[in-house]
Amino acid sequence: MAKNPGLTGLIIEEPLLWEKGGKGRSGMCIPDSDVPAATPVAALTGAGPDFPDLSEVDIVRHYTRLSQWNFGVDTGMYPLGSCTMKYNPKINEKFAATAELAAAHPMLADEYVQGNLQVIYELQSYLGTISGLPGVTLQPAAGAHGELTGMMIFAAYHKSRNSKRTKILIPDTAHGTNPASAALCGYKPVHLKSGANGILPIQAVIDAMDEETAGIMITNPNTLGLFETNIREIADIVHSKGGLVYGDGANMNAIMGVIDLGKSGVDIMHWNVHKTLSTPHGGGGPGAGPVCVTKELEKFLPVPRAIKVGDSYKMEYDCPDSIGKIHAFHGNFSVLMRAYSYIRTMGAENLKKASHLAVLNAVYIKEELRGTLKLAYDRPCMHEVVFSDEWLQEYKISTLDVAKRLIDHGYHPPTIYFPLVVHGAIMIEPTETECKEDIDQFIAAMKTVVAEAKTDPESLRQAPVNAKLRRLDETQAARRPCLCG
Amino acid sequence: MKELSELIFVEGLRYTDDHEWVTASGDTVKVGITDYAQDQMGDIVFVEGPEVGDELKKGDEFGTIESVKAVSELYLPISGEIVAVNEDLDDAPEAVNEDPYKNWLVEIKPSDPSELEGLLTLEAYKELLKG
Repeated sequence: MAKNPGLTGLIIEEPLLWEKGGKGRSGMCIPDSDVPAATPVAALTGAGPDFPDLSEVDIVRHYTRLSQWNFGVDTGMYPLGSCTMKYNPKINEKFAATAELAAAHPMLADEYVQGNLQVIYELQSYLGTISGLPGVTLQPAAGAHGELTGMMIFAAYHKSRNSKRTKILIPDTAHGTNPASAALCGYKPVHLKSGANGILPIQAVIDAMDEETAGIMITNPNTLGLFETNIREIADIVHSKGGLVYGDGANMNAIMGVIDLGKSGVDIMHWNVHKTLSTPHGGGGPGAGPVCVTKELEKFLPVPRAIKVGDSYKMEYDCPDSIGKIHAFHGNFSVLMRAYSYIRTMGAENLKKASHLAVLNAVYIKEELRGTLKLAYDRPCMHEVVFSDEWLQEYKISTLDVAKRLIDHGYHPPTIYFPLVVHGAIMIEPTETECKEDIDQFIAAMKTVVAEAKTDPESLRQAPVNAKLRRLDETQAARRPCLCG
Repeated sequence: MKELSELIFVEGLRYTDDHEWVTASGDTVKVGITDYAQDQMGDIVFVEGPEVGDELKKGDEFGTIESVKAVSELYLPISGEIVAVNEDLDDAPEAVNEDPYKNWLVEIKPSDPSELEGLLTLEAYKELLKG
């Protein structure tokens, strides 16, 4: 087996920029002024900003050193459940950087940006085909923005039927942003409890669904990584009371090309392209959360959408029932371009295979670790698997200790203490991009950490010891944050 | 985390399924969280309460409590009007970890004081924790 990747190298300490440099040091030489000095108006002058005095190499080393402390999916396995940290193929970046597409000005007339519009049109069509819901908008700027768009369509639909509805059903295993998206649209979220098997019981929906409820927001597979096997029955109950079904597509990476959401009874869904379609995780940068709807709801989608007229493409704004604009221009085109690149380079068969492998990898970890850590739900999982720290409590070891010790073994910790319905949750999502050898090495690391918990629990409480910094005082950081430079 | 035998309980309080305690004095009741709750949550970093004067029903969410692990909702154990919120916790949320029974969260004027009798006794709460 390959060696434990958790070693320290030449990691260099680096102070803040304000603590570096020296008075008068600068990154460039500016020629002496050859024009007469003028006396500026006093009101416009004052002490300048407090910039540090640094040379070019000071700055280059500063940021290079910071980047070396970073850990990303390009560094190693990043099994952060619910976040789908899968590898982003570099060819996506190459296509997104194509000057002819990337440099197009958003105010150019349609006839000058036919290539961009073709990408938008075709991506709309691909997402409609994969989801089974043919009406598509690429406008939303993120997954949660897609949810909000979906909720606005719920509201527009009920308004068009003169039906006043105030509530929305949300299971405790739904994507965490759902209640906020519904509340922002004026709906009161009604929490539904998942059953002992981790999925939503049909009876819970029968009991809660009424004609004042706009519908349900359900995540499938749910945040426990379990498939909501009652989805079709649940959708029928909601529809029978005049409600709609919002299928949060956060976990589409587990079911691409396998499940037809339209046939499962979903009316509206969004994609998290950074999870399923291998675009970068935003970190505050641009994102995209395309929304797909049934034919019946298509007229409510935001404007504009790309349409094809003869052999050319145009952005269509003339949609009288539309909820209106939710984003400027063409949406976050550069992100959409990466999703388009992923779909085109993979092809239909390989997208399906990616979902198969995402599930297979998680199931493999579940089976290999089933005797090591307690499974939160011992039933077939999809793309992620949830364990708990229950078996470690007698050694006074918690999930946090396991996570910190994994860093010493060279792995970014999995998601911990989420979902909240599992006590001391450890949620592992390997994604389809890890090979068997790497997954075996991760499993071995997990087994070693759990063995250490029993024989040498102090090594977990002290962890991490190989990292640049030891265990941080998260409590003080949260209670008394220091936000100055 | 503490074993059942290590947890602190206080005689004479009433308890809830959501690991809150309730105690009456005069015509108001104070509400806090139990030692079990603070122990499970870990270091508490923020407590967000309701506004004084809010009229809430039993089971309504009256605030949130945030620890380094997660944010948890707080549910009102008894219907009534919020007459006081423990403002000391704004600057020192850790007080809830240090003494969860002294550092209450809210004070309520119950609209139906008989609801208090429906809450768990200490014995019933201990049974709940035993599972």
